[in-house]
Amino acid sequence: MQNKITVNDLNAWFGAKQVLHDIDIGIEKNAITAIIGPSGCGKSTFIRCLNRMHEVVPGAKVSGKVLVDEMDIYDSDIDPVDIRRSIGMVFQKPNPFPTMSIRDNVVAGLRLNGVKDKNVLDKTAEESLRKAALWEEVKNDLHKSGMSLSGGQQQRLCIARALAVEPEVILFDEPCSALDPISTSKIEDLMLELKEKYTLIIVTHNMQQAARVSDRTAFFLYGKLIEFGETDQIFKKPEEKSTEDYIIGRFG
Amino acid sequence: MKDRKLSFFLKSKFSGDNIFEGAVGLFAIGVLIIALLLFGELYLESGLSRNAFGFGFLTGSIWDPVSEVFGALPFIFGTLVSSFLALVIAVPFSLGIAIYISELAPGKLRAPLSFIIELLAAIPSVIIGLWGIFILAPFIRDYLAPPLSTYLGFLPLFQGPMYGLSMLTGGVILAIMIIPITSSISKEAIQTVPIYQKEGALALGATGWETIRMSVLPYARSGIFGAVILGFGRAIGETMAVTMVIGNSARISGSLFAPSYTMASVIANEFVEATSKLYISSLLEIGLLLLLVSVIINIIARILVSKLLRVEGGGRA
Repeated sequence: MQNKITVNDLNAWFGAKQVLHDIDIGIEKNAITAIIGPSGCGKSTFIRCLNRMHEVVPGAKVSGKVLVDEMDIYDSDIDPVDIRRSIGMVFQKPNPFPTMSIRDNVVAGLRLNGVKDKNVLDKTAEESLRKAALWEEVKNDLHKSGMSLSGGQQQRLCIARALAVEPEVILFDEPCSALDPISTSKIEDLMLELKEKYTLIIVTHNMQQAARVSDRTAFFLYGKLIEFGETDQIFKKPEEKSTEDYIIGRFG
Repeated sequence: MKDRKLSFFLKSKFSGDNIFEGAVGLFAIGVLIIALLLFGELYLESGLSRNAFGFGFLTGSIWDPVSEVFGALPFIFGTLVSSFLALVIAVPFSLGIAIYISELAPGKLRAPLSFIIELLAAIPSVIIGLWGIFILAPFIRDYLAPPLSTYLGFLPLFQGPMYGLSMLTGGVILAIMIIPITSSISKEAIQTVPIYQKEGALALGATGWETIRMSVLPYARSGIFGAVILGFGRAIGETMAVTMVIGNSARISGSLFAPSYTMASVIANEFVEATSKLYISSLLEIGLLLLLVSVIINIIARILVSKLLRVEGGGRA
């Protein structure tokens, strides 16, 4: 299998505190990779390093290489803004732009890229909302505020917003932790559809979720990558003692 | 929260608590009673003027104490125009200050900067007025007015002679005086914007400015609007400094270079020399109008600011 992202010797800090230690990992193309581990293990920091969002926090620092299709996104002549435009991200809490309509939320990223043509924007809005499995629910309310939707719909709106700029990689940072079970299963179904075309990485606290959706799973502990492999193998026959302890609920 | 406080007093058998509760309650109610008395007094005492001029008091533009004809329009006009001018000048500055302090300034600079700007509000208004007379008015007359009349002289706003004490000078002074409150409340509104809102824009590839425009300002809009209205309320009620620089002439002019007069200034200036009952009553009616306008504006502003703090996040679960 081909790797979309290759991470070499990644270290990350908040001020003087090191939160990631020497991470080496390959993220498979057109697959879902789950990142699990107890709170504070650095899993969110890890995926925020993959689209250069870690460094927006004051005092945060990164070293190492993150290759996306052979290109190092930490290369000195690369603008982090361009990286974030090509790698989508969905957050823990749905965060549509409060004053924008549903349609404008979806095409906000395109507008940032300078697209002004109304037809292109309308077309992309519809396509993205269809891909995010939200079109049927909102097609008559496109002009309404994004805040008028339910939490699960808002989260799918945020996924549509990420899809609209045609990224190749989408990062999900605990996307269902604020949602009810029905909304959660909709998002999971959606992820399984999206992996045909996109490379997905999901950080989750919910082990069943990791087992349900992911192809491969990485277990993080104290800022280190402890074990990484096929999801089946990680959940059924973990090689490391601490992975097993975490999965059967002995800590975390 | 309320229930807990209530039960705290209900359970207590100690009568000292009741005395304490009654005493502090009295203080709190006392303020309300004083405000109501003030309002009632203004209303009663302005009765003579209200009966004599009726609604015409608001629309009459002649203020002639000798022949006892009183119309408040020039003062209403002066107050509204000078306060509005102050907003036009102060809002861009205040927003810039608020954005800089809460989003852009290096961490070490933030606290001292907000402190200094809030300190500006502590300068006694008479000192700002003195500075206005001796420094600002000549500066505006010599350096600001000539280019304005040269390049924008085709607008009625910038026509006619400029002697220094003018509507323009009053507006600038008021702007300086409302920047502290407008910028510090806007800053608080901006600081309530949750990080995940900003990150939503950043993760889409927005630059710093685009994030502020797409995410921060829209989210904080009602708080910022409240800050602007509070600034307006302060400008309307401000008396001393503006009295010293606005020229105190009860005429309505389309030019910002002409002297003007505000509601607060006319009360402050003419109270001592108001001899007849109708004269005093007319000044009190201006006071009543000023009080009503300030109270209404402040209530609107407080509602807007508190609304922002309440509806954090939004959306149904």
